[in-house]
Amino acid sequence: MSPAILFVLAFGLGLVGWLAGRSRAWAFRKAAPGGRINSLPDFHAWYVGLWVAVPTVLFALLWGAISPALVLQHVLADPAAAALPAFGFEREAIMGEARAVATGAAQAVFNSEAQGLVEPYRVAITRYETIGLIVTLIVAFAGGAFAFLRLRPDFTARTRVERSVMALLLLASLVAILTTIGIVASLVFETVRFFGMVSPLDFLLGAHWAPDPMSTGAPEGSSFGAIPLFWGTIYIGAIIAMAVSIPLGLMSAVYLTQYADASVRKVMKPLLEILAGVPTVVYGYFAALTVAPAVRDVAQAIGIANASTESALAAGLVMGVMIIPFVSSMADDSIAAVPQAMRDGSLAMGATRAETIRKVLIPAALPGIVAGIMLAVSRAIGETMIVVMAAGASANLTANPFASMTTVTFQIVAMLTGEGSFDHPATLSAFALGMVLFLVTLTLNFIALRVVKRYREAYE
Amino acid sequence: MNAPVPAAEAANSSAAPVFPDPVSPSKISARGVSVYYGQKRAIDDVSIEIPKNYVTAFIGPSGCGKSTFLRSLNRMNDTIPGARVEGEILLDGMDIYRSAMDVVQLRARVGMVFQKPNPFPKSIYENIAYGPRIHGIAASKGELDGIVEQSLQRAGLWDEVKDRLGDSGTALSGGQQQRLCIARAIAVDPEVILMDEPCSALDPIATARIEELIDELRGRYAIVIVTHSMQQAARVSQRTAFFHLGKIVEYGTTSDIFTTPREERTKDYITGRYG
Repeated sequence: MSPAILFVLAFGLGLVGWLAGRSRAWAFRKAAPGGRINSLPDFHAWYVGLWVAVPTVLFALLWGAISPALVLQHVLADPAAAALPAFGFEREAIMGEARAVATGAAQAVFNSEAQGLVEPYRVAITRYETIGLIVTLIVAFAGGAFAFLRLRPDFTARTRVERSVMALLLLASLVAILTTIGIVASLVFETVRFFGMVSPLDFLLGAHWAPDPMSTGAPEGSSFGAIPLFWGTIYIGAIIAMAVSIPLGLMSAVYLTQYADASVRKVMKPLLEILAGVPTVVYGYFAALTVAPAVRDVAQAIGIANASTESALAAGLVMGVMIIPFVSSMADDSIAAVPQAMRDGSLAMGATRAETIRKVLIPAALPGIVAGIMLAVSRAIGETMIVVMAAGASANLTANPFASMTTVTFQIVAMLTGEGSFDHPATLSAFALGMVLFLVTLTLNFIALRVVKRYREAYE
Repeated sequence: MNAPVPAAEAANSSAAPVFPDPVSPSKISARGVSVYYGQKRAIDDVSIEIPKNYVTAFIGPSGCGKSTFLRSLNRMNDTIPGARVEGEILLDGMDIYRSAMDVVQLRARVGMVFQKPNPFPKSIYENIAYGPRIHGIAASKGELDGIVEQSLQRAGLWDEVKDRLGDSGTALSGGQQQRLCIARAIAVDPEVILMDEPCSALDPIATARIEELIDELRGRYAIVIVTHSMQQAARVSQRTAFFHLGKIVEYGTTSDIFTTPREERTKDYITGRYG
């Protein structure tokens, strides 16, 4: 009996509880003078149903988590387990095989040593499944009986069910937060392991990046200086991409808020925002197949002989286009939020429209614009597909935009998709890189949100 | 009325005297002006002579078009999509709606102060220096400093802010902000100042301060003020025009309008029977 079946059982029993609660409440209602009871019968039904299903599901989750350990313990206590090899990998393989035969997932064992363990496995699994089922039924019945016996004509089932809905909503919002915490915790854990092997100073300040995922033992053959990656990330995401997206984004925001007719704005603003919805892999194609060769041709035309097809410039240009909507929509919102009185004041001084925009509107909207740029930078430096497809893999520390460059995100992908084991510093370096990226983008987002908040306070 | 008699100059001979003024020549003459917002006619065939060195008040119930008419005097209605002006408005005898008119220059000559104080989110100094900078009025930093000081002094704000010119203009109190906006308007040395209910967002003390200031300023500029308060019109103006349903019902000296109105509707409005 798998946990999945326990879940089905929980819902089935919950339904029984629901129907029972409902019929009891209907009976109250018929008997009550005037046919009115505190809560509608459906609320009584939900009250009982939830009291059956929720404890049962919680138990099923708990049992799903602990029963494999109990089974394993039982099997290891068997005399046949004494013969198991001590080396982890072989041991796991044999036990896995025995388990597969015992549950019927495989027909016969390949490894004869596993044969002796099949029977203990079968016994253990059956035993703990039976225990699980019995406890499940007890839990469901106990919950149901508790709830069912509390039902009265004046029982406040409605408010209690409301409260459980609130608990459900709270749970839903916790999922995202807990996931974030879990991600950070795993990053921290692996990063600490990495820094146990490679000095943080070498990592953060070293200028040579040459991890060798195949080297064994100490990382002598490798070099984990991440400066070239940081430089590549900043050069592509924060310099080239911003050089494209800040002017274009700002100018489109100014055009849309100050010059465009309402009808033009109605068409152009959503079109611009569609840019943000294009999957980044599509931008990646565009960068690799169209822009990168064009950039190389230009480089050759201006006399750079060994221009590579993969270049920081191609990736940065496409990335810049990709994040135009981030810059322009924040700038658009904050320019539009500058009070009309400010604009009138400037125009009434005899300023032209352009002077008004340059000297009054943009300075007044600057906090929002800066926040938009920061969000765009954090988006750009975390972007992966475009750089994977167009920027290249070589960790060059150069300011030549036509050179191939690599970024933090690219190296994370490269380190984790290789064949290296999870004990190797090359693989673990991906987590350290991820940690740096996480901290930087978190800081940028945090500052951006603070800036936006202060700005909003200023105008309301 | 405490009207010091300004130097009487020869009346502008070009002005067809719709509401003739024997004492002061016309600064602005409006003839047969209608203003439309799309299909809607907000001002209907209005003619008026606005004299120099006087404060002219526009009074009337809400929606009567007095603010619309005021905004057409420096073409601020141009910024409203669908707004259209017919007839002619002459500033010193020249039509401000002629095609060769430079709107930017017009607004430098006809400044405006708004209902709600709207200082720019810049320092006090930069707020005043804004106009002189864009119009290239000051040749040097020293000259600009002089203009800033003089404008603030004329607006009666200098003593309050001289030690903190670098502070943000938006950090001042409401009344100070409005005087800052007046100082900003006079920094470009306009000939006319339009004020659109300049005291409606202010408390009585700040209002009294602004009214005093308006009285001081009229020696130098032609001032047109739109106000909801008849007491204010009576206190600060020498000429009053009563607007109703997009037309001027009556225009004359303030004392005449308030003591011996010719029109029944003016009388009703002034005595508070409607509006």
